[in-house]
Amino acid sequence: MSLWQQAVDTWNSLPFGWQLTLRSVAGIIAIMIPLILTVAFLTLAERRVIGFMQVRIGPNRVGPWGLLQPFADVLKLVFKEIVLPVRANKFIFFLAPVISIGTAFAAWAVIPFQDGVILANINAGLLYILALTSFGVYGVILSGWASNSKYAFLGAMRSAAQMVAYEIAMGFALVGVLMVSQSLNLNDIVLGQVGGAGHWFLWPLLPLAVIYFIAGVAETNRAPFDVAEGESEIVAGFHVEYSGTAFAAFFLAEYANMILITALASIMFLGGWLSPFPESWGWLGNPSFIWFALKMCFFLYLYLWFRATFPRYRYDQIMRLGWKIFIPITILWLAVLGFAIVSGMPLTALGAWTAAGVAAFLLVHFLLLRKAR
Amino acid sequence: MTSLRTWIKSLLLAELLQGMALTLGYFFKPKFTIRYPEERTPKSPRYRGLHAQRRYANGEERCIACKLCEAVCPALAITIDSEMRADGTRRTTRYDIDLFKCIYCGFCEEACPVDAIVETSITDFHFEKAGEQIMTKEKLLAVGDKFEPQIAADRAADARYR
Repeated sequence: MSLWQQAVDTWNSLPFGWQLTLRSVAGIIAIMIPLILTVAFLTLAERRVIGFMQVRIGPNRVGPWGLLQPFADVLKLVFKEIVLPVRANKFIFFLAPVISIGTAFAAWAVIPFQDGVILANINAGLLYILALTSFGVYGVILSGWASNSKYAFLGAMRSAAQMVAYEIAMGFALVGVLMVSQSLNLNDIVLGQVGGAGHWFLWPLLPLAVIYFIAGVAETNRAPFDVAEGESEIVAGFHVEYSGTAFAAFFLAEYANMILITALASIMFLGGWLSPFPESWGWLGNPSFIWFALKMCFFLYLYLWFRATFPRYRYDQIMRLGWKIFIPITILWLAVLGFAIVSGMPLTALGAWTAAGVAAFLLVHFLLLRKAR
Repeated sequence: MTSLRTWIKSLLLAELLQGMALTLGYFFKPKFTIRYPEERTPKSPRYRGLHAQRRYANGEERCIACKLCEAVCPALAITIDSEMRADGTRRTTRYDIDLFKCIYCGFCEEACPVDAIVETSITDFHFEKAGEQIMTKEKLLAVGDKFEPQIAADRAADARYR
């Protein structure tokens, strides 16, 4: 009997519960390790891209093109001392990074990487994502409170208010996705966009897609919405008292959340693993994980691009943008969408009109009316 | 009409797109950074770096122990002892420059009537122990011997302006 046969027999002799557990653990490891590596290289990409946009090179000394820089950073962080502030609540102080990182990773359970390649293909995937991303704010609030520090507390309050405000706009954007796809299952949402770039939900949901991504930037407390950790005002915000691996956990959570937002944006608006080309184009039209990765890279680049371009928003402007602009626009677009669906207008037509309108205005604005400015 | 246009413009993030186009342009521009140990910025031939003592082409040291450099040195970094050599010429027995005192003003080079003490364009030097900062006569002559072609080239390039 070969070793392989033996392994198969051992597997079959396991009770179902064990099989399920082992399969889940294998799936979790298969998602976690590439995710953590992506986070590591995203930090490098961030420093390089921002450097390039500032006409300098960025880290390039550790390994070829600085590719080993993330590992040097990790080594440094791991060997640093974890300081517990005086009179901090020790239990909550160490619970907070665990909550942050736990929710950031747990949301990946329902992300489909290809048709059916998904850890937990649950029907309420979108709700699960919403619930977990909202839960992440607990890590921020608890860390700010438990640190017994003014700056951490201020950062936590800002961050909490901001996340609550943008959660609503984000939720409404997801409602739009729900209306056009008529499913909460992320796998089905992608399958509803089959047929090339013209059938992506991006076009009929253009305002919602833009708002979703901007709200996602705000949700992850990234520039230009990074008042929660505004270096010039409150040092580092909620994680100011954390060092060593505890800080690394927050860092990992922040970047994992960024990648999660980009994954969701690609799934809901850019057709996930589907090719932008029609299926008749041969291998170019084949659905593949590579398309998914490319779309995520595009959004991640946008994150870095934003950070290199825009100055930090003032706090009241963030609130104004969230409550007074994003929420009305999303509600308005939901009404438009509902009207289109009820009147039987095809979604592609609505998408074409939206895209044409935006393109026409920008064209006229930038090309024809340049002198008027 | 203008206000409507402004309104739509801000809704479509037109100015943000303009800003992003700008940064994207810089993303592709050649970078200013000098990769320092491999690349260096050009130096003037008058650059005042590490000191050296020169020799004549026949191998005879230039310094005649006139002590003008010791006298002119504003930081009192130079110490010279001299005696008569067997052939009757005056030479230094000790020529020390304390690089911790030295302010690299270049007066010693200007004062020198025989172009013996010079400041080279070398900037890569360091000391690991106390006492190493004293550049003795042997060390100065060794630097001069090693970098004579460059020292001579720098002096030749600047000769018109002296």
